Amino acid sequence: MSNQVAFRDAPFQLRGSTFTMMVLKVSDPHNPNFFPVLSGKIAQAPNFFRHAGVVLDLDDLPAGTPFDMDAFCKLLKNLGLMAVGLQGGTKEQQDAALARGMALISAPRGKVEMFDPLAGTGRSPAQGLANVQVQPQAPAAPTPAPAPAPAPLPEPAPQRSAMVITENVRSGRQIYAPGGDLVVIGSVSPGAELLADGSIHVYGALRGRALAGVSGDQTSRIFCQSLDAELVSIAGLYRVSEDIGKDIRRRQVQIYLNNGYLHIDPLATNVA
Amino acid sequence: MAKIITMTSGKGGVGKTTSSAAFGTGLALRGFKTCIIDFDVGLRNLDLIMGCERRVVFDFINVINGEARLSQALIKDKRVENLYILPTSQTRDKDALTQEGVGKILDELKKEFDYILCDSPAGIEKGALMALYWADHAIIVTNPEVSSVRDSDRILGVIQAKSRRAEQGLEPVKEHLLVTRYDPDRVEKGEMLKVEDVLEILAIPLLGIIPESPAVLKASNVGMPVVLDDKSNAGQAYGDAVGRFLGETIEHRFIKPEKKGFLDRLLRRTA
Repeated sequence: MSNQVAFRDAPFQLRGSTFTMMVLKVSDPHNPNFFPVLSGKIAQAPNFFRHAGVVLDLDDLPAGTPFDMDAFCKLLKNLGLMAVGLQGGTKEQQDAALARGMALISAPRGKVEMFDPLAGTGRSPAQGLANVQVQPQAPAAPTPAPAPAPAPLPEPAPQRSAMVITENVRSGRQIYAPGGDLVVIGSVSPGAELLADGSIHVYGALRGRALAGVSGDQTSRIFCQSLDAELVSIAGLYRVSEDIGKDIRRRQVQIYLNNGYLHIDPLATNVA
Repeated sequence: MAKIITMTSGKGGVGKTTSSAAFGTGLALRGFKTCIIDFDVGLRNLDLIMGCERRVVFDFINVINGEARLSQALIKDKRVENLYILPTSQTRDKDALTQEGVGKILDELKKEFDYILCDSPAGIEKGALMALYWADHAIIVTNPEVSSVRDSDRILGVIQAKSRRAEQGLEPVKEHLLVTRYDPDRVEKGEMLKVEDVLEILAIPLLGIIPESPAVLKASNVGMPVVLDDKSNAGQAYGDAVGRFLGETIEHRFIKPEKKGFLDRLLRRTA
């Protein structure tokens, strides 16, 4: 228990986290339609875009195209978008970004994550926006803004798959399930260690260490058939064996976080 | 000035961890601030013998890797004032130890502690080398049998060649012999080496003789250093060894078979 208190009393907690961030791929910033089209997109979901952070990607900008970082970011700000980072770009553009207090982001190249700001609102993705990529337009077309190209459907969120271990986990073995759940069909010996970005399920006795949500996922849980663990942890909040009450030892339990506390609750036992 | 003591043997299973736990606890009982470090990465046992396995969160390797502070990994003993345990990792191997990493932690511990006791793994490889490199004192744990004595001789050679004190041409590591699992009855029958025979081969000062005793196994299984069992002859023998280490003159006990009374013989009672 004391460990948890010490943890909460720390002046800060430094953890890795993942955010979905809009990327504005700029190919022709001097196109007179650039900001009107962008403004039109924003008008479709004004609440979503209000004060939203956006990362500029200048990789599609033809070499030699003049680009005024300050002026561009100010125009974005007028639309309610905050330029927070720069992906790619030339040395000068990077310097200009740094001078504005933007971060240089080296995301994995080649794939800009598509996302749908309207997902979960009950509207179909097709009605909403699939991305905010401003389509390159023919500079010689002085016509009113053409209808934006049909937005591609968003890719489904990457499915977190579970890692399944079908044997007993012996002392000294360390198993990490990156990006998902860890399922052990067997027992976990003292001195063994399970780690998962998601939840941990042990269909045997848990006698070693189990650390769920190691990348910070506070919704991850630990489930086991018989709790006799050396240490259990969810998103960094832990409890050692000595602080696990006798009343829940060797029982079927689930372990989860609620209001910053680690809870260990017995699972419903079989009805006699 | 803090002193680094390494408990080593070459051979496995002779009682290094039992002796580290008992000797370290004995030093703390005498009022010296003592830290016992488990160097047996991957085969961690000191925490069990010390009965603190339910309180391990961070370990020695976490500290070496900068993943935790020393103060987070040190476990304070609940029975004895001034006694701390630094457990090791069960999931890593000896390669996690580096000379610089270990040296840095020992330097930090030296500011806080009077004695730092390094519980070495068996063998003459990396783990054992890391445990003995920084030593000021080495306690060689030997059983009264030929293979153990030969391995002890080997590890003494390693200490004389590969410790920091040897490398830098300083005053050599002080060597002490601790004979464990000594059974006077079997020595009498010629089934075990006599202390004199062991001393003749190893030729280092005798720190203590720990008699074979059921109290040792019992103490290990309940996680209590045997020196706390002051009714047992093994516990008393460890207490004596600590006294000798600190410069006291204490006569060796438990080296002659106990004189058994008529009733004992009749009931075939053993120690």
